[in-house]
Amino acid sequence: MKKRTPALARGTLTRAKRLATLGLAGLLSLGAQAQTETTVHAVMHSALRTLDPVASSATMARNHGYMIYDMLVGIDADLNPQPQMADWTISDDGLTYTFTLRDGLIWHDGTPVTPADCIASLERWASFDAGGKLLMENTESLSAIDDHSFALTLKAPFGDVLGLLSKPSAVTAFMMPEEVASVEPGQPLPNQIGSGPFRFIADEFQPGVQAVYERFDGYVPRSEAPSGTAGSKEVFVDRVEWIHMPDMQTAVNAMNSGDIDYMERTPFDLLPLLDANPDITTGVLDPLGMLTLARMNFLQPPFDDVRIRRAAQLALGQEDVLAALVGDPRYYATCASVFGCKVPLATETGGESLLSGGDPEAAKALLDDAGYDQTPVVILQPSDVGTLTPQPLVVAQALRQAGFNVELRQMDWQTLLGHRANQGPVSEGGWNMTISNFAVDGIWTPTTNLLLISDGSVFGWPSDPEMEALRDEYALALSDEERSAAAENVQARAMDQVTFIPLGQFQNVTAWRNELSDIVTGSVPAFWGMHKDT
Amino acid sequence: MFAYFVRRLLAAIPVMLVVALAVFLLLRLAPGDPAAIIAGDTASAAQIESIRVALGLDQPLHTQFYLWISRLLQGDFGTSLISQTSVMGMITQRLEPTISLALAAIVFTVLIAVPLGVIAAWRQGSFIDNLVMSVSVVGFSVPVFVIGYLLIQVFAIELRWLPVQGYRHLADGFGEFASRLVLPALTLSSVYIALIARMTRASMLEVLKEDYIRTARAKGLGERLVLFRHALRNAGVPILTVIGTGFALMVSGVVVTESVFNIPGLGRLIVDAVLARDYPVIQALILLTAGLYVIINLLIDLSYALTDPRIRY
Repeated sequence: MKKRTPALARGTLTRAKRLATLGLAGLLSLGAQAQTETTVHAVMHSALRTLDPVASSATMARNHGYMIYDMLVGIDADLNPQPQMADWTISDDGLTYTFTLRDGLIWHDGTPVTPADCIASLERWASFDAGGKLLMENTESLSAIDDHSFALTLKAPFGDVLGLLSKPSAVTAFMMPEEVASVEPGQPLPNQIGSGPFRFIADEFQPGVQAVYERFDGYVPRSEAPSGTAGSKEVFVDRVEWIHMPDMQTAVNAMNSGDIDYMERTPFDLLPLLDANPDITTGVLDPLGMLTLARMNFLQPPFDDVRIRRAAQLALGQEDVLAALVGDPRYYATCASVFGCKVPLATETGGESLLSGGDPEAAKALLDDAGYDQTPVVILQPSDVGTLTPQPLVVAQALRQAGFNVELRQMDWQTLLGHRANQGPVSEGGWNMTISNFAVDGIWTPTTNLLLISDGSVFGWPSDPEMEALRDEYALALSDEERSAAAENVQARAMDQVTFIPLGQFQNVTAWRNELSDIVTGSVPAFWGMHKDT
Repeated sequence: MFAYFVRRLLAAIPVMLVVALAVFLLLRLAPGDPAAIIAGDTASAAQIESIRVALGLDQPLHTQFYLWISRLLQGDFGTSLISQTSVMGMITQRLEPTISLALAAIVFTVLIAVPLGVIAAWRQGSFIDNLVMSVSVVGFSVPVFVIGYLLIQVFAIELRWLPVQGYRHLADGFGEFASRLVLPALTLSSVYIALIARMTRASMLEVLKEDYIRTARAKGLGERLVLFRHALRNAGVPILTVIGTGFALMVSGVVVTESVFNIPGLGRLIVDAVLARDYPVIQALILLTAGLYVIINLLIDLSYALTDPRIRY
């Protein structure tokens, strides 16, 4: 493991200047704090428990990652990759991407960000992320050029390099110091040092209770306006406290009393309590939101038969599911695209029955043709996640109406995750169908959409070489037209094989006190750019 | 008494060993996989398996038990599987809020329930007796979270006398510390006030029929002295037992009150750890809880000698 040397010890004028600037900024910051310290108290949708946003695909771990780490490539609100830590050039043959780190990038301990750190981070990310793995399989080499730049050389032209490096949802390609990026999965990270806009205050971290961040005064933001995870990440508050409140009613009370400034996801049934308060604003910060979907187990009967999977898809209508889940039509819309809707690749080919409320009679006929023998369909239902509890009930009823023999199994979400990993038959703790919600910004392309992976490795375990070939076709496509055509083929194949069933798209509603302003919109809860009146 | 104390402590060792083995096996037999939780809901089977290997969860059960118990005997409770932080550190962080809440609730309980029980027994069959018994039925029957929400609505939201939620350490100032404990302590004590008021009343009713009470009155002692010095002291053994076990229950199971008032205590830690299948944390907490019960039961037994001079150890 390489030991990193503090910048000043290296004796370079540039780095000394950088540290002096950091020290001066620190002093100025102390002066400012003596006047008034602004702290944003935020209730996030869940508690932060794991601090490794690469080894864990938990959304809160990702959100933590965005606070303390940064990425080589950001993605703007229109889903276009933009320079973040690095600018890049692409060679004429499309095989070599040269990334040049921007000036002023330092870790929270004052040492400079180097190409070696970035290469180690990319390698670690690729060992966890399916898209990253695909990229590395197509990569000839990753090598440092000098202190500020490195090259990613491909074996053959690969069109989705920037899309994968900029993908905002788990697993995100965060840049970590080399010593951190060398840690094996399951082992604790040696520190929480990143180069992002906030520093993690480890002494105040209480897993499941609170996580505290302070502005990193050595962070040099980009000059562009903030947009998605791209652009300036300048911080205008001193401190952010994520406070976990297991009881949402308590969180709403705390919002109303002013104890809390920001509530990331408000339960839909409690929204009227916040909307009635003139000191609070509610709104959608992530216009893409989530796709709710049903996944079947391809290894076990009856869904090992594609005809029966098709019958299940025919039986379901999205409107019923969404009305039960969200209720308020302002916050949901039907969407039969496997990439989610409101994204460039959205296409609803093959999803007509889902959009029109389902066709139970056609489903019945298909079941008869397939010789369905009333093998029970076990649907897993989490009892403790408000955004996952209603869907299985509606789906079960629709399947019953089409002639399926359905059994709902209730359990807490964490138990469900354990069950879901079981590939065995139902009699041995297995399952047939489970419902999940996926952030659209994480599934909007064939390479980033985990559920489209059809090599038997992802829960549900579809094995479909043709789908894999179509995904590769997308990854290798070099123009937008080629990518759109490839995505259209993936959609058609997914609906034909019922890789999963899209059940509609919904948005989460965020609430904030009016003292907060300039909140950056996007799928990542951003605390940069935000101002707080004191 | 010292020899009795030591004997009881030694007798606790096999109890703790049985608890350790039982909790270890129960957790391993229960469904759920911490590796799947750590990996997150979009992880592949291979990722989950690699985490399981890294955490040692692929080892045979006897190997896992041996590793855990040998570390435990050295005073090392291990590291949380989920947050990778020290289990002892996590418990220490959560201990103060829970102990503070439990102590405050016990103080409220004793100050309110014991006088109410004594008065109800003293005036058996009167309006005040019926009122105390009726209120105690309400205390038993209404769920704790409902009482909590009602108190928040009235005293925090409408009157704005007290904070809605949260906990402040004593080191941050007594005013903030105390003001944030009042509502949760009242909420938590509601059931115990009902229980101990009824227990005190029943116990006092038995004692008030005794000859020595009649003698005390015949000697011309005031009613206050009769009730609180002669009657209550003799009625104290069952009351102390309920208060002691109530305290142990509060320390180990106040999750609803802690959730409603957002207090980061041991109750929430237990629930979080169980939901996350964080084996080392659950094991440590259950062992500590078992130890707490052993110690509190011992203290209760010893306290009998203080209230009843006939009891000797």
